[in-house]
Amino acid sequence: MDNNFILSQLPYSSPFLFVDKILEVNENSIVGEFTFSPDLDFYKGHFKNNPVTPGVILTECMAQIGVVCLGIYLFNNNGNNGEKQKVSLTSSEVEYLKPVYPGEKVIVSSEKQYFRFNKLKCRVKMKDTEDNLVCQGVIAGMMFQEEAKK
Amino acid sequence: MSEKEIITRLKKIVEPYVQRIEGMANFHEETDFLNDLQINSANLVDVVLDVEDEFDIEIDNDSMEGMLTVGDAKSIIQKKLAS
Repeated sequence: MDNNFILSQLPYSSPFLFVDKILEVNENSIVGEFTFSPDLDFYKGHFKNNPVTPGVILTECMAQIGVVCLGIYLFNNNGNNGEKQKVSLTSSEVEYLKPVYPGEKVIVSSEKQYFRFNKLKCRVKMKDTEDNLVCQGVIAGMMFQEEAKK
Repeated sequence: MSEKEIITRLKKIVEPYVQRIEGMANFHEETDFLNDLQINSANLVDVVLDVEDEFDIEIDNDSMEGMLTVGDAKSIIQKKLAS
């Protein structure tokens, strides 16, 4: 599967798209990257005169790459070709170890714990470009086939 | 394995996922996972995976879809244990 196909299936757009590129993906894992543009709106308020990427945004970035992109890959690799899918986040437990400043690039890697009954649960790590661990945790989502409009 | 034992083990498995604790006081075959215990669909997947581990069985998609109550789960477990 073309990595660009995965990106094209993502339901997000700027300013809430937190995936630039998929570096590798297979049945069990995925690696992707994202660079936080200094122009992102939340830096104006988080924090006053001291821009730091909010933890919830780091979690979102980990979920988009680690669960949603991997989920799209698995869903389309298991005979659901061409059908649009939706993903809802169902749980996350994340610890944050290092701040991410405007302009920084992060690399997210995710290992599938299981994909059963349309639930995808993953162990996800985010690192900076110097291989320091930024945050890590366990994130899960449910995949749904998009219903035809009534 | 007796029906009673299956239900006792099942009760222990679902406990961490239950949102409506009152539902546990009256845990019987008609107890409905979604309505009586308010276990959401994402957590119901974890219940099923724990059931697989506990009873050393494999539950397929069709069985999962029919697993709405404690009684449904008990019947599926019995059937898988017998096969």
